[in-house]
Amino acid sequence: MATLEIHDLHVSVEAENGPREILRGVDLTVKQGETHAIMGPNGSGKSTLAYSLAGHPKYTVTGGTVTLDGEDVLAMSVDERARAGVFLAMQYPVEVPGVSVSNFLRTSATAIRGEAPKLRTWVKEVKEAMARLQMDPAFAERNVNEGFSGGEKKRHEILQLELLKPKIAILDETDSGLDVDALRIVSEGVNRVRESGEIGTLLITHYTRILRYIKPDYVHVFAAGRIAESGGPELADKLEAEGYEAYVKGGATL
Amino acid sequence: MAETIPAGSTTDGAIQVGQPIDARVSTPASFDVADFPVPHGREEEWRFTPLERLRGLHDGTAVADGAVKVEVTSPEGVTVETVGRDDARLGRAGKPVDRVAAQAYSSFEKASVVTIAKETVLTEPVRIAVHGEGGTAFAHQLVEVGAFAEAVVVIDHTGDATLAANVEFVIGDGAKLTVVSVQDWDDTAVHAAQHTALVGRDATFKSVVVTFGGDLVRLHPRVIYGAPGGEAELYGLYFTDNGQHQEHRLFIDHDTPHCRSNVAYKGALQGQDAHAVWIGDVLIRAAAEGTDTYELNRNLVLTDGARVDSVPNLEIETGEIVGAGHASTTGRFEDEQLFYLMSRGIPADEARRLVVRGFFAELVQQIGLPDVEERLLSKIEAELEASVA
Repeated sequence: MATLEIHDLHVSVEAENGPREILRGVDLTVKQGETHAIMGPNGSGKSTLAYSLAGHPKYTVTGGTVTLDGEDVLAMSVDERARAGVFLAMQYPVEVPGVSVSNFLRTSATAIRGEAPKLRTWVKEVKEAMARLQMDPAFAERNVNEGFSGGEKKRHEILQLELLKPKIAILDETDSGLDVDALRIVSEGVNRVRESGEIGTLLITHYTRILRYIKPDYVHVFAAGRIAESGGPELADKLEAEGYEAYVKGGATL
Repeated sequence: MAETIPAGSTTDGAIQVGQPIDARVSTPASFDVADFPVPHGREEEWRFTPLERLRGLHDGTAVADGAVKVEVTSPEGVTVETVGRDDARLGRAGKPVDRVAAQAYSSFEKASVVTIAKETVLTEPVRIAVHGEGGTAFAHQLVEVGAFAEAVVVIDHTGDATLAANVEFVIGDGAKLTVVSVQDWDDTAVHAAQHTALVGRDATFKSVVVTFGGDLVRLHPRVIYGAPGGEAELYGLYFTDNGQHQEHRLFIDHDTPHCRSNVAYKGALQGQDAHAVWIGDVLIRAAAEGTDTYELNRNLVLTDGARVDSVPNLEIETGEIVGAGHASTTGRFEDEQLFYLMSRGIPADEARRLVVRGFFAELVQQIGLPDVEERLLSKIEAELEASVA
């Protein structure tokens, strides 16, 4: 069973006056089949956690370990992490001019699966996945994220999630900027993948709204670069009622 | 640095009054090299070019001490001749527009003339292999396509040379000519050439310029319409590496009604001091009613240290046109794009290849010659691999 273990993770970024520590000792274990919601105020380091796990070069790990089934994730390059089964659905997916969605998806699936998917079944697979996410088939011929609306970008991220079938999915504020319909469609996509029971999900969000569609097993409150409190779904209800006030007092945010 | 120097100055310090044939050139076109002052590098048409790397082609010090081997392979129905300077057919497409082209015109000894008789439709391309064997050379080529004939000509430049040349295309009424000019030189070569097409009534000219090699390549693809109804498509691809200077200066002279032109040039750059220059001049004269023109230049900068100068110019002297537009963009392959592709399992070198192939794909498909397309794609791969290594 796939397990992502984060232990005492410290991460800093290069700032104008030297390195600034953003993650200050994160401990978290995500197992296959589990869904963990990470909630927290702006600037608490949630997204830094997501990007650090994916290996973004902007972030420097200064301490701690991350392992996936015992393998050292931090020693892997960005593409190796993806091939090992870590997937990051980004809050702001990047435009890649000149590369069509269909070409991108196929190249990516080939890299992740270790062999080129058979053309006939692949076309069908993509078509069906797109239909489930209510994406226009013409979408496949557009350039990656170029001119996509916010909702289209997020659907495209979830489309990749469905096709690439990672072991661990990190969803970084996938709900931000979505209207209710788009949120529902995107959430349904995530749920389809979760129902397979083969994926561990790290759902990073600022709002409790998405938790009405995607039910977490665990809720963690992130503040000042570490997990301040952990609990079950009931913790989300508490946050809904009381906000993050209790966690940001005393200048605990960054 | 170059752009801080005022444009439009001439060597004698006076600003030209009265428009030469091309409004942005400081000296009128001429066959005689003596009509052009030696450029000092601040003229509009020279301000991007490192003159010191022209090996004297621009100032009269270059001596024809080298050799360029020209081999023409042609299917039936094509006449290939080597003629002297005095052949009356030479020089009809247009005059040299800068000193180097005029130097070439004043200095060449023999010219190659390729003639496709009227109404001859070739099924195989004519191949002109231009191979530099070192040293300096001046060359002249003429391709003439008779009325209603159809031909594809591939000019392939390889080897090492310091070459100044003029290539003329005279396209008869209703004829169709496609010319692919590949600059696949050794990295030591210097190549300055003017390619001038005179497009006949209802004739179609398609030019594909592909520049990979050379230390310095400076080309002037030019189109002039001899009669109404002409159509010109000019496509270009360049891949500019470390230290290379590749300059494409296009001019389309819409002097005749109801002609069309479409220009699309794309370039990728990588490495320290890679410098690409693209100038797209389109002039729609008062008489050229019904003109339809569009030009586009896109550049993709793959690494730090590269430089692009892209200058589209559109000058319109009549409002009675169908359309006129231009676009120029220079984008970077950014770390964020690389991260995004890699986060989907795609290795870095493959990610770069994906982006560059995607960038060129549409244009490569326009060539319509499978062997040239293949070669181009493998060339792009090779260039990319060199960058990754």
